[in-house]
Amino acid sequence: MIELLLPPLLAGLAVALVSGPMGGFVVWRRMAFFGDTLAHGALLGAALGLAAGINLYLAVVAVSLALAAVLTGLLHQRQLASDTLLGIVAHTTLALGVIAISLQQGIQVDLFAYLFGDLLAVGWQDAAALWVGAVLILVLLVWQWRSLLSITVSEELAQVEGVAVARTRLLLMLLLALLIAGAIRTVGVLLITSLLVIPAASARRLTHTPAQMALVASLLGSTAVVCGLAVSWYADTPVGPSIVVAASGLFVLTLLRRTR
Amino acid sequence: MSDPLIRVQSVSVTLGGNPVLSDINLTLTPGRITTLIGPNGAGKSTLARLVLGLVTPDQGSVSRRRGLRVGYMPQHIKIDDSLPLTVDRFLWLAATGPTAARRQALQRAGVAHLRRRAVQQLSGGEMQRVLLARALLRKPDLLVLDEPAQGVDVAGQNALYGLLTQVRDELGCAILLISHDLHLVMAATDEVICLQRHVCCSGTPESVSRDPAYHELFGPRAGTPNLALYTHDHDHDHDLHGNAHHHDSPHAAPHPPGACDHD
Repeated sequence: MIELLLPPLLAGLAVALVSGPMGGFVVWRRMAFFGDTLAHGALLGAALGLAAGINLYLAVVAVSLALAAVLTGLLHQRQLASDTLLGIVAHTTLALGVIAISLQQGIQVDLFAYLFGDLLAVGWQDAAALWVGAVLILVLLVWQWRSLLSITVSEELAQVEGVAVARTRLLLMLLLALLIAGAIRTVGVLLITSLLVIPAASARRLTHTPAQMALVASLLGSTAVVCGLAVSWYADTPVGPSIVVAASGLFVLTLLRRTR
Repeated sequence: MSDPLIRVQSVSVTLGGNPVLSDINLTLTPGRITTLIGPNGAGKSTLARLVLGLVTPDQGSVSRRRGLRVGYMPQHIKIDDSLPLTVDRFLWLAATGPTAARRQALQRAGVAHLRRRAVQQLSGGEMQRVLLARALLRKPDLLVLDEPAQGVDVAGQNALYGLLTQVRDELGCAILLISHDLHLVMAATDEVICLQRHVCCSGTPESVSRDPAYHELFGPRAGTPNLALYTHDHDHDHDLHGNAHHHDSPHAAPHPPGACDHD
């Protein structure tokens, strides 16, 4: 049993670990909808990868990164509110992704696995790839931590103080795209934003500095992965939704704690 | 005179199709305090943002000295409630270094007691002083303050301008102040620029207050010379909270306004 469960567990923990700090930025910068849009784009990436017959995850990563770069540029214009623009892009890419997948001939594609994740099908190779990605993201986050926080607090102050604001913002978007592309396998396209937002929101009430909040969010996310996986194994529930429900349960528990 | 830190030459700025500034010339040199005055919508903030590099000119040029360190105190900033951030961490973002440096900067701005407070819990006036501390912490060559005296009473303003003069003397930095009111800023200013999308008049506070263009812009109220030229002529100083600190010989040894003891 452990040989079966270990790769999914390690893969889930890799995603949860990175989702702590990244989720912090998503919450602080109010980027939840942006994350959703990237996730929907990831589905289109998977469809294109299938159509082109190239490695699925390479295609997902490429499309997510491209989408993040384009969105970062688009969001700078002032004609449309950002949530309107994201709404257009998110649902267009989702629709295109579903159509593209349904057009695949001769290949049996489990759409459900992309939408809600299929963590139990993750093998050693996937888990290793996820950990490489996770370490890469964490190293970049630690290296750029102060700049990333500076632009989160105030982009204007950061720019006056010499932070390369546009470059730092793009880095954050690309890291988020990379995480989402990797996470598609664990909780799926429709639930990935919750793994970013819920642990971070839970950690908010327990912490006093941004770094603490990121760390506690990682721990809470990891706990949710372990609990969700266990429930899924014993009760035969779908694993992605189980993880999300576990995360929500932890969030409710933090609500019981009195704020000072 | 040393090299200018910033030189703005024949600059025009248009925002959303509306001309905001036209044909502006401005030079900021180390050790001088320059004040921008003008009514609401005169383009004061835009000119300050131009100097800071946050606005790009449509015409003309802005040149700045290489490696210029800038401290900026905006009117206010909004920090999302979801970010757990103490005043101390907020200052750390501007300049890493020992806690003592941050404590000292806060003390100069008169808000040492707020160091461990969450930034979201600060009042508007407290946040302004924390922003001032953050700007001072960087030991800037150029300090830009947008309406620093807003919401501060007369005694507090007096202390604030005293502090700015002291900072200028200490760091030898240039200071650019924005005010919508000529009153009070006069005593602490080397040069006043009166702005109404273009430069109406400029010069020493005395010469500007006598300029017909200034009176046209601000109306007869501005003509009261006693009010306009507020000078330090009483026997005590005030700190930024308005507390009086008496001393025997007025201004023989200027009392650092921000450095008073706080509980």
